[in-house]
Parts: sequence; structure tokens; C-alpha cells
Amino acid sequence: MEGVSVNYYIGLSAILFIIGALGVLVRRNALVIFMSVELMLNAANLAFVAFSSVNNSLDGQIFVFFIMTVAAAEVAVGLALIVAIFRSKKSIDVDQINLLKG
Amino acid sequence: MTTDLILFLILAAVAIATAVGMLLSRNAVYSALFLVLNFTTVAVFYLLLGAPFIAITQVTVYAGAIMVLFLFVIMLLGSEKLPERTVLPWQKPTAVFLAFVLMVEGAYLIFTQTASGIITNNPVESTGSPQAIGELLFSEYLLPFEVTSILLLVAMVGAIVLTGDRKKGGQS
Repeated sequence: MEGVSVNYYIGLSAILFIIGALGVLVRRNALVIFMSVELMLNAANLAFVAFSSVNNSLDGQIFVFFIMTVAAAEVAVGLALIVAIFRSKKSIDVDQINLLKG
Repeated sequence: MTTDLILFLILAAVAIATAVGMLLSRNAVYSALFLVLNFTTVAVFYLLLGAPFIAITQVTVYAGAIMVLFLFVIMLLGSEKLPERTVLPWQKPTAVFLAFVLMVEGAYLIFTQTASGIITNNPVESTGSPQAIGELLFSEYLLPFEVTSILLLVAMVGAIVLTGDRKKGGQS
């Protein structure tokens, strides 16, 4: 049997997503938490492209394109927020960010 | 074991290993570099799945632009390593437990709701060529594509406002 079942791709996507979720929960460095969010987005993209390929439809790839755009915008704003937090707190440890008012 | 499956397993092992490496690295720079490797591996997956345009976008946008931005901010803030403190000692066991629960849920869904379909690795005759993507993007998905430009503009203005120096810039 040639080829790979789509289930394998979905399984890999799920594993990557869970690693990303675990990273968000475990790590305290705000930058690493942010990277884990990127990993989760990437896992979702992999599932999109896998289903796009198996259904022979391009809509999934268009969605991945939009997700990448949103991720780029999110990274720009998120890193700006982290820099702003670092300026006021002198740290990017998320445990120390416990006040709404800086 | 076909060659397709062997290739998939090798790439999947690399992807998972780099993701775990990102999670476990004490140094944020190593985390970022592991993540670059992970994104590149996923780009190879996109090539195998017949999406060369998405694969190149992945390498340029994710592994290129986004991760370089991350590395810049890590080195700008000088916060590669955080001092070891345990404010919440129950945090890690709880997180691992919750991730395990999520994994069980995902495994349950994957093993009960099996999707059918075989993907043949065919990077040459792919459907997701830049031409096909572009035609779809500028016909059926024209409005979302235009809205994307507004989103990027908002993100750009937001980043400038958030990082702007308020003392010198004269902003209120």
C-alpha cells in the first residue's frame, strides 16, 4: 500500500499541539510561552494541509495562508507587549505579572 | 513499510524531538532555534502533502521573519534564562496532568473517529502551486485577503504604539 494514512498526520498534529499546550502551562518565560503558542498554531496548520491534500481541495491551504498572516500580526503585537512589560517590571517572568495596573 | 511511511516516521520523529527540545531547553535562545528546526520540518511535510507555496511561506514567514523577531527580542531583553524560583510548586504536576488528559481526549477522538484517506507523497505534481493558490485567493477569497491588509496595518500601528517611548515621543 503506497502512501501514508491521513490519520498519521492528524496524530502528529495532535502530539505537536499537546506539546505546545504543555509548554504554555509549564514554562514561566513569557517568550517561551509565546513560542509554544506558535507551535500550537503550526500543529493546526499541519492538520489543515493534511485534510486539504486528502480531499484534493485548496481551501485548507488558503486557510493556512490566513492563519500565517494572523500569526505574524499576533507576534508583532505580542512581542511589543512583552517588551512593554519588560520595561515596567524588568522581567518577563509570567509569575511576576500579577497586577493589571503596571 | 513503504518508503512513504518511513519518510513520514523519520520526519515526525524530528518534528516531535525538536518540539520537546523547545519545551525542555532552559535557554530561550535554544528554544527559538529548536522551533526554527521544527518549522522547517513542518515545511518539508507541506512539500510532501503537495503544498509547495505554503511550504515556502512557512520557511520565509515563520522560520524566517517570525523567529528572527523572536531572537531579536530575546537578545534585546537579555532574558535568555530566568532565575529559578518556585512560587507555584504544584504548577508543573498539574500542567503535566492536564496535558495528559488532553492527550487521552485526542487519542480517543483519533481512534474512534477515524478519517479515511491515503496521502501519497507527490511533491512534483502538486495541486497547491502558487498559481492555483493565487487564482483562488484573488477570486473566491478576495474579501478576506483585503481584510488581511487591514489586520496587518492594525498590528503594525499597535506594535509601534506599544513599544514607543512615551517620554520622548510626546504621546500621551
